[in-house]
Amino acid sequence: MSGKMSSMGGNNRIFVGGCIAVVLAAIALMTGVRTDYVFNASYVVLQFIVLASAWNILGGYAGYVNFGTSAFFAMGGYTALFMIKMFNAPLLVQIIAAACCTGVLGLGIGLISLRLRGIFFSIATVAVAIVLETVILNTDYFGGAKGLQMMRPEPIAPFTSYDTMLFFVMVLMAISAVAISRYIEQSWIGRGLRAIKDNEEAAECVGVPTLKLKLIATVVSGALMGAAGAPLVMYMRFIEPVSAFSLNYSVSALAMPIIGGTSSWIGPVIGALLLGSVQQIVTVTISSELNVLIVGVLLVFFVVVAPDGILGLVRKLRTKNSAKGDAKGGAQ
Amino acid sequence: MSTLLSIAGVSKHFGGFTALSNVNLDVAQGERLGLIGPNGSGKTTLINCVSGALKNDAGSITFKNENLNGLAPHQRTRRGIARSFQIPRPFHSMTPVENLAVPLEYVTYRGVAHKHDIKGEAEAILRDMGLGDKMHAACAGLSQVELRKLELARAMAARPALLISDEAMAGLSHAEVDEVLAILFKLSGTGITIIMIEHIMHAIMRFSERVVCLDAGELIAEGVPTDIVKNPDVQRAYLGA
Repeated sequence: MSGKMSSMGGNNRIFVGGCIAVVLAAIALMTGVRTDYVFNASYVVLQFIVLASAWNILGGYAGYVNFGTSAFFAMGGYTALFMIKMFNAPLLVQIIAAACCTGVLGLGIGLISLRLRGIFFSIATVAVAIVLETVILNTDYFGGAKGLQMMRPEPIAPFTSYDTMLFFVMVLMAISAVAISRYIEQSWIGRGLRAIKDNEEAAECVGVPTLKLKLIATVVSGALMGAAGAPLVMYMRFIEPVSAFSLNYSVSALAMPIIGGTSSWIGPVIGALLLGSVQQIVTVTISSELNVLIVGVLLVFFVVVAPDGILGLVRKLRTKNSAKGDAKGGAQ
Repeated sequence: MSTLLSIAGVSKHFGGFTALSNVNLDVAQGERLGLIGPNGSGKTTLINCVSGALKNDAGSITFKNENLNGLAPHQRTRRGIARSFQIPRPFHSMTPVENLAVPLEYVTYRGVAHKHDIKGEAEAILRDMGLGDKMHAACAGLSQVELRKLELARAMAARPALLISDEAMAGLSHAEVDEVLAILFKLSGTGITIIMIEHIMHAIMRFSERVVCLDAGELIAEGVPTDIVKNPDVQRAYLGA
């Protein structure tokens, strides 16, 4: 495996280089572009990169399908709201608090996985989302069903507008989420989660601490989803339960990794970039309702035609080509 | 010979059904033990209690003088108990080498700071098991006997002191049974204690130093293979005489 180790070292350098390039591109965009819409649209796409990468840690690597992404996302938003109302906390503190709270919620979901697997686990995650939404709907402190409007504070220097600041925060959050998802996939945790996905009993019997790994996955996944939801209050300047707990977040966070490919960290990134951008373009050019239909149609298409997503398609094509090449080489 | 595994007064109920009733069994270090009994007699339940997949309702299971009650299966594997499954359960998204890398990483080299050649060791074990030409193949393409060998190889990668082989030969041809038996003999030769659950009597007779028979959750007979087949209780319950 030493050859693999050195190639992984090379890959790490490429990854870090890629991350730096993304940050530099974001800075260039902020200095060059004056239209807020660009930042608003990019913010949404980046937010979906975080959500899809977070979903994939549990759903893609471990095979535990979470239908309750919206619960984590909204809980992140409402934790931020609480931090603003109670302590007038700055954005960074809001994000950390949201990640902590949803990490604990993730721990709870992880404990559910002790007893429930497969579709039963997924149903339980939907139930958690419904329970949380009902609690928020009936809590006046959080604005109940009417929601709450919030004033944006002044952006912190060197940012000139709050939109660019939120955009840059989301760039950093997306990079962190992707880096964490990539680390988990390539570490002992990822290899154990893959064994759990293939056969949990067998994994446990060959020494994999399945409960511990599942809890790591649910806590990290939950914390990232919550962190992505924290800036929602300031992004929208408003928060209310129906849109914060929207099923759209849960479906997109699941559809993006499935479309991109769940076996690797890059799958959710490809899916989020593709689907997120298409949704943004359709929202602006055709209708905001149609983008939901697009998610559904693409999801059905990929599940039927390419169940392993775009990554699976690429892998299949590569194997086909190398087999063709081998056959040609053999013939010569 | 010292006792490696001691099962004392173990009982297991599923609702009103008694799967195991006060089972007592000692297994010596290095022993080759055959476990027989009709379908539903509690053989796999007993093995599940030993490996930790099921919790015994009563009694205790001691391994290397340590009480295993309350330990999760992975903790028991780390202490030296490995098992194969009756119906092979390979990690199907992985190649055989990757299958073996899991116990090598999580048990054998767990907590070891310096890097080991896990891939090389996995390949060596697979070669030893006669899977040398399938090391990097997809698990979906493996035959039944190859899957059984992979089960044993993966169990062995954890370097166990006790290997429990749960019907590793069921449904195999004569020649394949001989192949798996040869592997088990070879493992036994390295000092590993082996409990073999099997319905194939000629394999049990050839392999076991001692045979125990379970019927309706109770241990009804124990002895050397030649005595066991003559035992009237075993003949009535299992051999159909």
